[in-house]
Amino acid sequence: MHELGITQNIVAIATEKAGSQKVIRLKLQIGALSAIVPDAIRFCFDICADGTPLKGATLEIEEVAGRGKCNMCGAEMPLSLLAGICECGSYDIRCVAGQELLIREMEVV
Amino acid sequence: MCATCGCGEEDAKATVINMQTGKHVHVHADHIHQHSHEHSHEHSHDHTHEHSHNHSHEHEHAHQGSRTITLEEKILAKNDRLAERNRGYFEALNVLAINLVSAPGSGKTTLLERTINDLKSQMQFSVIEGDQATVNDAERIKTTGVKVVQINTGAGCHLDAEMLAGGLKQLDPQKNSIVMIENVGNLVCPALFDLGEKCKVAVLSVTEGEDKPIKYPHMFRAAEVLLLNKVDLLPYLEFDMEACKKYALSVNPGLKIIEISATKGNGLSVWYQWLKDNL
Repeated sequence: MHELGITQNIVAIATEKAGSQKVIRLKLQIGALSAIVPDAIRFCFDICADGTPLKGATLEIEEVAGRGKCNMCGAEMPLSLLAGICECGSYDIRCVAGQELLIREMEVV
Repeated sequence: MCATCGCGEEDAKATVINMQTGKHVHVHADHIHQHSHEHSHEHSHDHTHEHSHNHSHEHEHAHQGSRTITLEEKILAKNDRLAERNRGYFEALNVLAINLVSAPGSGKTTLLERTINDLKSQMQFSVIEGDQATVNDAERIKTTGVKVVQINTGAGCHLDAEMLAGGLKQLDPQKNSIVMIENVGNLVCPALFDLGEKCKVAVLSVTEGEDKPIKYPHMFRAAEVLLLNKVDLLPYLEFDMEACKKYALSVNPGLKIIEISATKGNGLSVWYQWLKDNL
């Protein structure tokens, strides 16, 4: 549900940067642990882009897998949830990748 | 049309209702230009200005090809900037702002009523109530005698920093007081939106099941305190308290967990002490 608001944010940021130019491609980076569902963003994008310089633009989403680092032993591991258990037995794992929520670039004409 | 007051504010993303004065104010999502100018200069100087001379030339070049502008901008940057402004406002007033988050029906409003009634002789409170619709919760808080402002988010599933700023203008909290922000009942979206609070306090009622912390890890990770509410009902439930705590600590090893009953009073002294220690 919050993807609609997030997509409105994305379109607002890109619209401002675009000025009088037309955006033909927009590239986002979304982490697997960001609580944002890329498909929901795709679903909302065309609706939000209508009537803006982003209308008809191609939406590219670069997904980033989750990675964690153990605060006890320093080992790194893939994370599919924001929680995990390290091989050393510790639950004290910080997320080092997968929470990204960025507009990387856009192509304008 | 605004469903609450019937005015023609179609673009309003939230409605703020001051329960003391009855005044309705609409929060609009139209401040993007004002707030992101600084950023557009920082990030896009080399990319936009090198290649394009000025805006009037853009059209001549437009058909010769496209160009790519690197942005690397956080999608929630605007909310984060506004949240920092709220945080500065709280700091200047020495206000402890708590963002109370949970699923609907966990007992947030009951907990607030009880907390305020028990502590109002010792410390000052004011409350921001967030709900999609109605002023029901704000009416309940109003009976405790403290200042309360209702924010109706309409279609929105969470409060954001801009709505809170609109609510705070109406609330006008006292120096050295506690502002309780009761977020929209939702275990997903409020985790993403910083409001400028000191911390999030999550409420989980034991009727909801012990695995909520791992089903909704973002929220329990974002919280500093977890209040396990309705413990007076434990004799009637199959709720595994130890498993719940283990799940919660697995997503957030630093979480402070307090077992309470907002209706019967169990554990509330521990919660009250936490509030006093943090004011």
